[in-house]
Amino acid sequence: MSATTSAEYIKHHLTNLTYGKFPEGHEHAGHWGFAHNAQDAASFGFWSINVDSMLFSVALGVLFLGLFRLVAKAATADVPGGWQNFVEWIVEFIDDSVRGSFSGKNALVAPLALTIFVWIFLMNLMDLIPVDWLPWVAGLLGVGHLKVVPSTDPNITFGLSLTVFALVLYYSVKMKGVGGFVGELTLMPFQSNNKLVQILFIPVNFLLETVTLISKPVSLSLRLFGNMYAGEMIFILIALMYGGGLVLGTFGGLLQLGWAIFHILIITLQAFIFMTLTIVYLDMASQEHH
Amino acid sequence: MNFNATLIGQSITFVVFVWFCMKFVWPPIMAALTERKAKIAAGLAAADRGKHEQELAEKKAAETLHQAKQQAAEIIARAEKRAAEIVEEAKNDAVVEGNRVKAAAQAEIEQEVNRARESLRGQVVELATAGAGRILKRELDATANDELIKDLVARI
Repeated sequence: MSATTSAEYIKHHLTNLTYGKFPEGHEHAGHWGFAHNAQDAASFGFWSINVDSMLFSVALGVLFLGLFRLVAKAATADVPGGWQNFVEWIVEFIDDSVRGSFSGKNALVAPLALTIFVWIFLMNLMDLIPVDWLPWVAGLLGVGHLKVVPSTDPNITFGLSLTVFALVLYYSVKMKGVGGFVGELTLMPFQSNNKLVQILFIPVNFLLETVTLISKPVSLSLRLFGNMYAGEMIFILIALMYGGGLVLGTFGGLLQLGWAIFHILIITLQAFIFMTLTIVYLDMASQEHH
Repeated sequence: MNFNATLIGQSITFVVFVWFCMKFVWPPIMAALTERKAKIAAGLAAADRGKHEQELAEKKAAETLHQAKQQAAEIIARAEKRAAEIVEEAKNDAVVEGNRVKAAAQAEIEQEVNRARESLRGQVVELATAGAGRILKRELDATANDELIKDLVARI
């Protein structure tokens, strides 16, 4: 750990390993490379990538699909083994949730919900690994920054929620038609029998409904991001105590244990909320009548 | 909090993962679950059927037992009746036989008696004849005659 002051330590932990093209005015101008600090990362603009977030996110996704694929391949209707039992338990739980919240018939929703739940849970789970371990290993390998919890990266959470949003828009138009969808956006919630008043209501309705619509993906991703980011921040602050002597360090150890145990609840809950809201949004999008 | 292409990368990854899950993970697991449900339902139905059949069998067994008991009771009653009849018959037979034996015995006794009487009669005649002979012989001896008759009477 090369950071010296608390502020630097915290900043170090909150900086992604970003790969991009250095802009004009930089000493490496025009070259592609890893950002050395947060300013570098910001200067890359949009066309750069958080390698650590992507790496962990893809690795965890592959882990999830690999472990579940194992069961899917060997799935038997006889007495299930231990791992199959566990996977079936999760699958049934998701299936129940989808049946409870989604009224239509759609082959996509349940696998989507399963992917969201398990993947987000695994990404959140990275939060329970002590904050210095993986960055320390990365430091030994010569990598300067490493953020191991993908869900503390808004790019990741927005990547998920915007995809869900795209699905919401797709099913809204598919199930209600363009006219129905536009009507839903403009003719509600204010309605009038008087044609003129109704026309006057249209911009107001449109404004309200658009805000409602946009708030779905934004709240979805910011909720997850905010919870995970705050949780991570607390872990980092607790980790700071280890540098404060034996007493403070022991106290920090207890705090970390307590927060980690509590955090197990939060990471599961956040994964569940993301999944449930996705199902609910898709359900609302798929319903013909509001 | 700066947005960059990670957003797009994550979205693409997400779509690929969901596609994979929808294609290769969800359906086989659900199929196995559905199949197991059907299996369990069939098993439960079979168990129910078995139970029902067992009940029927028990009922049948009880009925059979009841019938057997009834039959046994009937047979016993019949046997007792028959036994009584046999005893009665035997009694009758015995009486008849006894009567027959008695009659035969009586007949024999009568015969014996007759025979004895005949022989007695013969002896009496003989005696009488002998007596008469002696009397005739000792006609002259009156005293001897008296003794002789006394002796004869005592012998009879």
